[in-house]
Amino acid sequence: MDILKIADKEFSSRLFTGTGKFSSPQLMRDALLASESELITVALKRVDLMNGDDDTLNHLSHDRINVLPNTSGVRDAKEAIFAAELAREALETNWIKLEIHPDPKYLMPDPIETLKATEELVKLGFVVMPYIHADPVLCKRLEEVGVQCVMPLGAPIGSNKGLKTLDFLEIIIDQSNVPVIVDAGIGSPSHAANAMEIGADAVLVNTAIAVSNQPIEMAKAFRLAVKAGRMAYTAKVAPIQQQAEASSPLTSFLIARS
Amino acid sequence: MNTFKNIFEQYDWDATLSSIIAKTETDVIHALGASKRDLEDFKALISPAAQPYLEQMARMSSHITKKRFGNTIQMYAPMYLSNECQNICTYCGFSMTNTIPRRTLTDKEILIEVEFLKSKGYNHILLVTGEANKTVGVAYINNAIQLIQSRFANITIEVQPLDQSDYELLKASGLYAVLVYQETYHKEAYKKHHPKGKKSNFNYRLETPDRLGRAGIHKIGLGALFGLEDWKADSFFTALHLQYLQRTYWKTKYSISFPRLRPYSGGLVPKVVMTDSDLVQLICAFRLFDENVELSMSTRESEEFREHIVNLGITSISAASKTNPGGYAVAPQSLEQFEISDERSTEEVVDMLKNKGLDVIWKDWSYNWQ
Repeated sequence: MDILKIADKEFSSRLFTGTGKFSSPQLMRDALLASESELITVALKRVDLMNGDDDTLNHLSHDRINVLPNTSGVRDAKEAIFAAELAREALETNWIKLEIHPDPKYLMPDPIETLKATEELVKLGFVVMPYIHADPVLCKRLEEVGVQCVMPLGAPIGSNKGLKTLDFLEIIIDQSNVPVIVDAGIGSPSHAANAMEIGADAVLVNTAIAVSNQPIEMAKAFRLAVKAGRMAYTAKVAPIQQQAEASSPLTSFLIARS
Repeated sequence: MNTFKNIFEQYDWDATLSSIIAKTETDVIHALGASKRDLEDFKALISPAAQPYLEQMARMSSHITKKRFGNTIQMYAPMYLSNECQNICTYCGFSMTNTIPRRTLTDKEILIEVEFLKSKGYNHILLVTGEANKTVGVAYINNAIQLIQSRFANITIEVQPLDQSDYELLKASGLYAVLVYQETYHKEAYKKHHPKGKKSNFNYRLETPDRLGRAGIHKIGLGALFGLEDWKADSFFTALHLQYLQRTYWKTKYSISFPRLRPYSGGLVPKVVMTDSDLVQLICAFRLFDENVELSMSTRESEEFREHIVNLGITSISAASKTNPGGYAVAPQSLEQFEISDERSTEEVVDMLKNKGLDVIWKDWSYNWQ
């Protein structure tokens, strides 16, 4: 079995998903179960932690599903740490998807605040999954302070544009000691397969499933694409050839001589 | 201090309006095809030349909104705290010269209203007052926010413009967002419609979003009151204001509202009528201009109009609103600021949204994070 391990948890699915943008909680549940995703992120700002009877959380109750709270909406390290502490208490998980975007327009992650918050949260015992730009140096800096994985973006969040940061993702994957999960921008199953083929350990998909005309079918399509991409990666994708290699014009003289 | 006033003063109302009217079909086609749209594109999209393209604009607006905000819509409820007012606004039921019974809710009354709204499911609340600084000043508003902050995920106010330090104080008590509509960007008309009271100071109101941005308020709501002057020019200046604010206070969220003048007893007849078609065109133009800005719609609009518009670009709506202090539970019979149009209950509106394939979002923030 091809198992992905992050901190103390093992995942047989490399498709992580989100809960936003679905037209009903029931459709969300049906689509996410169809995706076979085992790690599903929930925006804390949308969850009613006080009341203990939250509609989204109720619809995520399933043996296979691990709920991953995220800090979407916070603007700095201080707010993020506060939100993570609340989540740990209310949801009884020390896992946190760290999203710090002071810019509410394009939701660009703040690298400085993210590094600061990660350092603090790791000390507080959290398993931190930081959403970041595809910045190879930042990934190494995050590794140094103890993250268990990194989540670089493929394109602006919600844009469905695919792997616009491909060159940087390849560098990150090449030099990472922790799992690399491509987060944000994946708009179609082929994008997800592409990320897996270049060696990403997992992908996170939300918008592309939630706003599809048929979210359940699209969830299945992503499940298959992620599996196919992963299989292709482990089987070693044949290198791209610039020209046909039928003859060897440069070295054929060696054969002729012998 | 650098504020929007410096940019605003470079523009002339009449020239701006003429430049919008002069937009051609070619300008509209260019605007529709652009991957990023600027203010000239926005002008084209609100121009008469764009009217034949309304269906295409609606399709694009609907698609973009769905991609960015999903199949969801946020719900909020207004809660009027006071109808005392020392301003004269020619179009408003609370205007000082109107002889209506005045009421300012006490702490106990506020909590009764809160219980009613909570029982309906609301978690985002909009507090509204007139402008009466002695009785409903910063201290009163601050007290109201502190009183209710543990009950709501998100508190917004729509009150008189305040100083930066006031906003900082209110933010510390749990304030999330502030709505401050310019009413009209036509300076002379503004003076005419606000002849008396602190509100007659055009520039102080114009610079309010700057003070909000500096105070670090999470979200600022902009808009013009349609009916006072030409909606196209007022909307251009709203877009100009939005663009300036986004570039200057880049950590702040923004929302746009589209209030059309509603009748109240003895009220003003609109100078410029904005048709339903105009309003759809404007909402779609705003969405095409800015994919990320929140667009809000109140119960001022009719049941039928709201049913159609929720899928075209709007991201938050209210329901079953009362525009009189105590209107929900304390004093349901008192006189309203304006007559609402969509009179359905919250439950009916929620059912309508579900039937339209929209999941209702009641909570999108937690006050205790900040």
